[in-house]
Amino acid sequence: MAGRRTLSAAPVLLAVTFGVFALAALSPFDPVKAYAGTAGLTASQAELDQLRINLGADQPLVARWWDWLTSALTGDLGTSAVMRQPVTDVIAERLGWSTLLAACAFTIAVLAGTALGVLAARRPGGPPDRAVSALAYTLEAAPAFWLALLAIWFFSVRLGALPSGGLTDAGSDTVTAAQVASHLVLPALVLGVSQLPWFYLYVRQGVADALGEDPVRGARARGLAERRVLLGHALRSGMLPMLTLIGSRVPELITGALLVETVFSWPGIAAATVQAATAVDFPLLAALTVLATAAVLAGNLLSDLLYGLADPRVGFDG
Amino acid sequence: MAETIWRPQGRARRSTRALRVRTSAAVLAVVVSAVLIVPPLAQLDQQAVDLAAKLQPPSWAHPFGTDDVGRDLLLRCVYGLRVSLLVGLVAALAATVIGTAVGAAAGALGGRTDRLAMRAVDTLSSVPHLLLGVFVVAVFRPGVWPVVASVAATHWLSTARIVRAEVLSLRGRPYIDAAVSGGASRWRVAVRHLVPGILPQAGLAAVLMIPHAMWHESALSFLGLGLPAHQASLGGLVQGGRGSLLAGHWWPTLFPGRLLIVPTLAVAGLAGAWRERRNPRRRSELTL
Repeated sequence: MAGRRTLSAAPVLLAVTFGVFALAALSPFDPVKAYAGTAGLTASQAELDQLRINLGADQPLVARWWDWLTSALTGDLGTSAVMRQPVTDVIAERLGWSTLLAACAFTIAVLAGTALGVLAARRPGGPPDRAVSALAYTLEAAPAFWLALLAIWFFSVRLGALPSGGLTDAGSDTVTAAQVASHLVLPALVLGVSQLPWFYLYVRQGVADALGEDPVRGARARGLAERRVLLGHALRSGMLPMLTLIGSRVPELITGALLVETVFSWPGIAAATVQAATAVDFPLLAALTVLATAAVLAGNLLSDLLYGLADPRVGFDG
Repeated sequence: MAETIWRPQGRARRSTRALRVRTSAAVLAVVVSAVLIVPPLAQLDQQAVDLAAKLQPPSWAHPFGTDDVGRDLLLRCVYGLRVSLLVGLVAALAATVIGTAVGAAAGALGGRTDRLAMRAVDTLSSVPHLLLGVFVVAVFRPGVWPVVASVAATHWLSTARIVRAEVLSLRGRPYIDAAVSGGASRWRVAVRHLVPGILPQAGLAAVLMIPHAMWHESALSFLGLGLPAHQASLGGLVQGGRGSLLAGHWWPTLFPGRLLIVPTLAVAGLAGAWRERRNPRRRSELTL
């Protein structure tokens, strides 16, 4: 089953790789000039033509795409001009840090969102609900980079409690767990808080709906403690729709990571994407765009799987 | 706005809605008129540098303070909002036109066109929006039109889905059958009967898209992939305030960001109230 879903994602991924090449071909972007850099200004036309042939830029679009695809399948994604190393090395070095940040942020968002959502759903329209909901809507409208900057101002500049960016302290050569942890707090917190409103609103809705349903009324009638009713019955059935939507949050997580990693100079993949885009480093940018799409597709797959696991009424063949 | 589970009943309900609508409308009116009226009337130069008054905290003379070369931040924010709003409007309009055209064509023609168009929509929506936007701006070089194109390219997808669903539901209605059996051409059915039916939905989608478009543009500008420095939008202003922030000056960062939030909430409030009024029993999804 999972295999079939994975197979259906393959054409989408293929289409995205082709789209990336087609878009670049339509644009004024010139791989030869980008590769030659300032040396290209003084180089003769013959040298540039030779470079064009060496780079394969004289080939038609489809041939270039096919070349890229076949060498990508053998693990060669080209060389990144801005990082001065092979694209696969850039990804291998940075993927772990991005995953760490995203996982921490996601955990914060899920835990805090669930806790606040249950709190608000207990008495819809009550003061806690109104306060937290108003805050959630404001946070949802606030750009992540702005939140990140305000967090830097408050925690790093004003309080001086936490480092404002990077992975380790300046001047330190070794990466120790303690340093990484202290540098991780702010980015993870900001990314988590920027994802939180969505979880909060869904949990609040789900739990409040579940509180009015028969199983909860039954649990109350059996005289179960309020705590048990709320967490054991209402939250469990209210979480069901959210559980399945978690996987579909990957695009928003990537969007947030692009901004947050850049602000905090976190050495992750999203920050590299922005650097690649600023320097028009096509091999790196193309590879990272495709990688992000693969992550989104994997998230969707995870959603489907969770749905099937959590709700036995759902068949996988539908 | 989310579906509020708890709702006051009867008069109280109407009055909270009225309050929400009035506040949102008033805020939007203030913002829009400030953006439209202040620049031509005030004759003030937003770029006026006053090094003697640099990085002053908010005061009566400079309600938002001044930036690192002494420019008045209130004035710069108004101009920045003007740029953001304009780009947002144009981009949202472009995205709505593309989305409506694709969605209507897919829904009305059906068959292979429909499958192909929806496949394309699914494929595009599996690339994160901001990433696709960053990619578009990177290969086309930053500037106003690439930014508009980047927003339009990523935001038409939801409109296309909404419009297609609407067209599919309209197609089964008796008045369409009547028009077809009356001998109306395909084109005529589409223009005279389908388009007026989908306009409200498309309009709502367009209005809700403006804050998204502004947000997208600000993020691009913040990353340095948006508008050039002389067309500072709100995102560009936040980026510009970054240097002063590390020295402890919070105002060049705080106010532009706030100006981004306020219109977003106002638009969401109006749209939520409108939807609730049109369809009071429906559980509206979470949109902002």
